[in-house]
Amino acid sequence: MLNPHPDLTASVLIGLGWYYLILFGMNLLWTFRSYKHDGEFRNGVPKASFWAVVTAVLLMTSAYHFTYPPDGFLIFMPLWFKNFFNAYFSNPVLYFFLSVGGLVFMIAAREWWIKPTVAWVLLNLSLLFMGLSLTDYDFRQIVGKPDNVPIVAMLFIVAFFTWIYFKRAVDNDRRMDEGRPLFEQEDNEKVLVWPDLVYTELICMVVVTAVLIFWGIALQAPLEEPASSMKTPNPSKAPWYFLGLQEMLVYFDPWLAGVVLPSIILGGLMAVPYIDFNKLGNGYYSFKQRSFAVTTFLFGFLPLWVALIVLGTFLRGPNWNFFGIYEYWDVHKVEAATNKNLSQFFWENLGGIPKGSGALDILLRESPGILLVLGYFFALPPLLGLTVLRTYFARMGVIRFLVFSNLILWMAILPIKMLLRWSFSLKYIVGIPEYFFNI
Amino acid sequence: MSVGDYIRNSQIWKSVFRHPAPTDRRNRVVVMLTNFFLHLHPVSIKQQGIALSYTWCMGGITFFLFLVETITGVLLMFYYRPTLEWAFYDIQALRDVQTLGIMREIHRWAAHAMVITVWLHMYRVFLTGSYKPPREFNWVIGVLLLVLTLLLSFTGYLLPWDQLAIWAITVGSNMAKATPGLGTEGPGFQLFNTSGYELITNASDAKFLLLGGRFVGEATLNRFYILHCVAIPLVVSGLIAIHFWRVRKDGGISQPL
Repeated sequence: MLNPHPDLTASVLIGLGWYYLILFGMNLLWTFRSYKHDGEFRNGVPKASFWAVVTAVLLMTSAYHFTYPPDGFLIFMPLWFKNFFNAYFSNPVLYFFLSVGGLVFMIAAREWWIKPTVAWVLLNLSLLFMGLSLTDYDFRQIVGKPDNVPIVAMLFIVAFFTWIYFKRAVDNDRRMDEGRPLFEQEDNEKVLVWPDLVYTELICMVVVTAVLIFWGIALQAPLEEPASSMKTPNPSKAPWYFLGLQEMLVYFDPWLAGVVLPSIILGGLMAVPYIDFNKLGNGYYSFKQRSFAVTTFLFGFLPLWVALIVLGTFLRGPNWNFFGIYEYWDVHKVEAATNKNLSQFFWENLGGIPKGSGALDILLRESPGILLVLGYFFALPPLLGLTVLRTYFARMGVIRFLVFSNLILWMAILPIKMLLRWSFSLKYIVGIPEYFFNI
Repeated sequence: MSVGDYIRNSQIWKSVFRHPAPTDRRNRVVVMLTNFFLHLHPVSIKQQGIALSYTWCMGGITFFLFLVETITGVLLMFYYRPTLEWAFYDIQALRDVQTLGIMREIHRWAAHAMVITVWLHMYRVFLTGSYKPPREFNWVIGVLLLVLTLLLSFTGYLLPWDQLAIWAITVGSNMAKATPGLGTEGPGFQLFNTSGYELITNASDAKFLLLGGRFVGEATLNRFYILHCVAIPLVVSGLIAIHFWRVRKDGGISQPL
């Protein structure tokens, strides 16, 4: 019988042939650039020769895809790797730590990875990983969905602009250390808007239009079956840009994940210019002068927003279970969840949970969690202001500091709740389902 | 005299453009001051401020995508009826039958792209510290525009009226049910339901307001259609105007102070 879900088919190979052809073109251009700028190895051979070999290999790879039939095809993601990846990399804990670790590495090793050659190697490796992964049926099912294509593109685009930021920031930081003018201040003559800006704008518009038309022809907008309130799809997902919020539903109830936290994200964004008292770094790229502000923003944008969207889109399948990138979305996958509330942990050794459904009984039952939350939001800010963040407190004044510290604490509750869930199977810190008040 | 010169010297041309072609310095200045579409620019600008590796051009692309959405959206409105009877089949016809059906693809992909370019624009503005004084308030307007962009996309998501659409909106609007104080599955709504009066019920809470019903139905489709095609675009247009105006008034595009 024919395999209904083959990893490799003729059309997949042709698609990948085009994919490697594009990689070939990119690396061909890079070879020329390398020949011009990169110099030679010690024995006099130009460093570009390495890239020439890479380019040649890519061209042969592409040709091989175009000409060879799917049977006995040799270039694919090996099964042992897929099994290894599915077994050890398929859980939200590791995913979160990798994304935070990636950010820490990005900041710590910024002087290394902003080098064009390093960045180019990293880009090539990630594209090769993606090309090889595309030989997997389940990977293609998710990544290849028309609505998901922009999210894959967004990953590379965000990485690219983050690279530009660090490149220019490191350059400016060096310049300031050496007392040289900023990059933005060199050759900064005034030019006429016509032609210097209006032509750039025109070219941008033409390019964007061309991309949209090409994209519109290449990928058909999704249209599923007619709406039916009887058939609930599994998983039911919000639009992709809200999937970070939907992912928060794993850790918080809807009133927090869907209403309070989004409001605080937006309010916090609006408050940024009023709580950032640092006058440096206005209108130019720099990291050293604004390391706290930039790190906080990158933490909020990369691991807590972009990475959660990617997680919600690509890795959450039926019943919102976590699936590896090469894993079949099995509706029957069962994940044991025996989470316990803080009150259960607390009263367990003190003779059992207080019973009774009166307001006072509930307050007594949940008092440990309530005190903890009150302490977190009301006692911690002044404490921080008097100790670790004393300089901030002195420069910001009372109101600014309270807003600032509360926003930071709100931002931290998601990772904190994640860690508590993963390490103690904690369900709610405060659990009052009687009044839908669960934290 | 060439044909081009003849046209440029005609009364019609001059009545439209009011000055010779912008080929010399004087007319390149004049064109910025007399052309309605160009006058939102200054006449001259710092070279590094418009370098692509500095500005990334994401704000401009976002605005252009908004225009694309407006044009393709108006064209789609000619083909689309927001009723339970027709919504899905009109979209299906756009895919299978209508000559300009690709407008729907362009509309959808440009919408996705617009969400991403708004984020990247904010990313750049943050990373260059351009929200700092005197541009604080324009950043606030920018955040409002971010919210409205997401709402535009969210309301548009429902219109094809397929499974993808109603369930995404169902998942999203279920959150409204949990609004503290105003939703029947959120904390605190009982405060409004004391002494016999039931102020917050599933026929009067925040979700009902959003959907125009207890669940995603025809009233929702109508509501989202009007929000998507009229209400939100009007507000966005106003805020964009203020956003651009403030860019000029707050010292022009960002630059080291």
